[in-house]
Amino acid sequence: MKLSRSSVQSFLRFVSVLLGLILLTPALGLTGAKDDAKQITVAAAADLSAALEEVAAGYEKSTGTRVVLSFGASGTLTQQIQNGAPFDIFFSADMDYPRQLIAAGYADAPTLYRYAVGRLVLWAPADSPLDFDRVGMNALLDPSVKKISIGNPQHAPYGRAAVAALKHYGLYEKVTDRLVLGENVAQAAQFVESGNAQVGLVALAHVLAPAMQGKGKYWQVPVDAYPPLEQGVVVVSRSAHKQDAAAFVEYIKTAEAAKVLRRYGFALPPQ
Amino acid sequence: MPIDLQAVDWQAFGLTLQLAMLVSAILFLLGLPLAYWIAFSRRRWRFLIEAVVALPIVLPPTVLGFYVLVALGSRSPLGRWWQSLTGHTLAFTFSGLVIGSVLYSLPFAVQPFAASFSAVDRKLLAASATLGASPLRSFFRVVVPLSAPGLITGVALTFAHTMGEFGVVLMVGGNIPGVTRTVSIDIYDQVQASNYAAANQTALLLLVLCFAVLAVVYGLNRQAWTIGPAK
Repeated sequence: MKLSRSSVQSFLRFVSVLLGLILLTPALGLTGAKDDAKQITVAAAADLSAALEEVAAGYEKSTGTRVVLSFGASGTLTQQIQNGAPFDIFFSADMDYPRQLIAAGYADAPTLYRYAVGRLVLWAPADSPLDFDRVGMNALLDPSVKKISIGNPQHAPYGRAAVAALKHYGLYEKVTDRLVLGENVAQAAQFVESGNAQVGLVALAHVLAPAMQGKGKYWQVPVDAYPPLEQGVVVVSRSAHKQDAAAFVEYIKTAEAAKVLRRYGFALPPQ
Repeated sequence: MPIDLQAVDWQAFGLTLQLAMLVSAILFLLGLPLAYWIAFSRRRWRFLIEAVVALPIVLPPTVLGFYVLVALGSRSPLGRWWQSLTGHTLAFTFSGLVIGSVLYSLPFAVQPFAASFSAVDRKLLAASATLGASPLRSFFRVVVPLSAPGLITGVALTFAHTMGEFGVVLMVGGNIPGVTRTVSIDIYDQVQASNYAAANQTALLLLVLCFAVLAVVYGLNRQAWTIGPAK
């Protein structure tokens, strides 16, 4: 096929306009953040999503340091940090992943701090017929329960806690074929919220979040049923903002931050 | 690197192959009439249907997966209807994955189908009609044989696209071994658990398998291309 000269010209004009627009984007300030403001990037376990957002907002207000948050399963985030993800701080949902990072040289040992103890809850939609207060964990055996969502025990600490609790009550074998795994504990909760799983073993912090108010009912799994969900924070070794990162970790230790964490159902370690 | 067959999750492989073949078959049957309509309809709003068919290409798989999850859940009329019929929701089942995958791969079947239908010389259809053939007979005796390369391409793309699907499965699957844990989810889990060797083995096998399937299909396609019109 032969192209006419005018069609080639108009195509070239189109391409040059497109290129011009692409080159202009940064100049227009449409992408990228301001360089002059301080900024730290935080990787955090999924159970912290609502609580840490509130803590970070308070911190930003009082210090002006921007806190960029990324949430995921602790195992996933550990993996990302080992592979060079540009995080300054890592809030895990357990102590093992931070220790693993320290041992491998990816995180600074002196910065490790146990900031909270998480709680596991049974959670079902508000209109669920399940009566947690009467039957407790045995609600999982109710015939109306077709699917039970938990975090993936391979890389989500809450998933491991859920499996431990199921085994503690001798329910694990009975419900194995009804378990569905969320990529992290927040997705496990989302499976319940969307009505696809009838009940889930999720984080107390998640069901106490403002967005979840009135959407479901919960029952706290007794703490002796699973190893304590002690959660650790650590500064990443290759962080380029170690001072700012350390300052944020110090802020987590203040009464102000502790108040927020407690409101989301986290127990605080004795100081 | 030699492939260590012990490290590969064969259940996940079988499941993924089954899913990809089923989705290809469904989209072949579903895609033929849809593509025919797109190629031959004179409706003014045809472009709207074309745009809807193309949507899964631009929608992130997580968005599509989220929509499917909500649509299948007990909060939606569709989910409730299915639940009253079968007693369980469609999410976290193999059927749920099939539905998600059919939507996700729809354009990969319909677009090549429609493009090859449109390329068929209308004069041949007119000739077929004057010889007394019904539109259906003309479709199977004239349009389909002349469009064979496009049909094969569409089915091959659907198959390959479903083999490598991740986001939709992650959103609606629930990672159940033997039911919804596909190869891509298995690889993801292996990487998260630092089992790089196992992840590598599985990924390599997936790569080899998909390459073989595509090579065979495109090899056949070449033949269809050269002998087809001469028939």
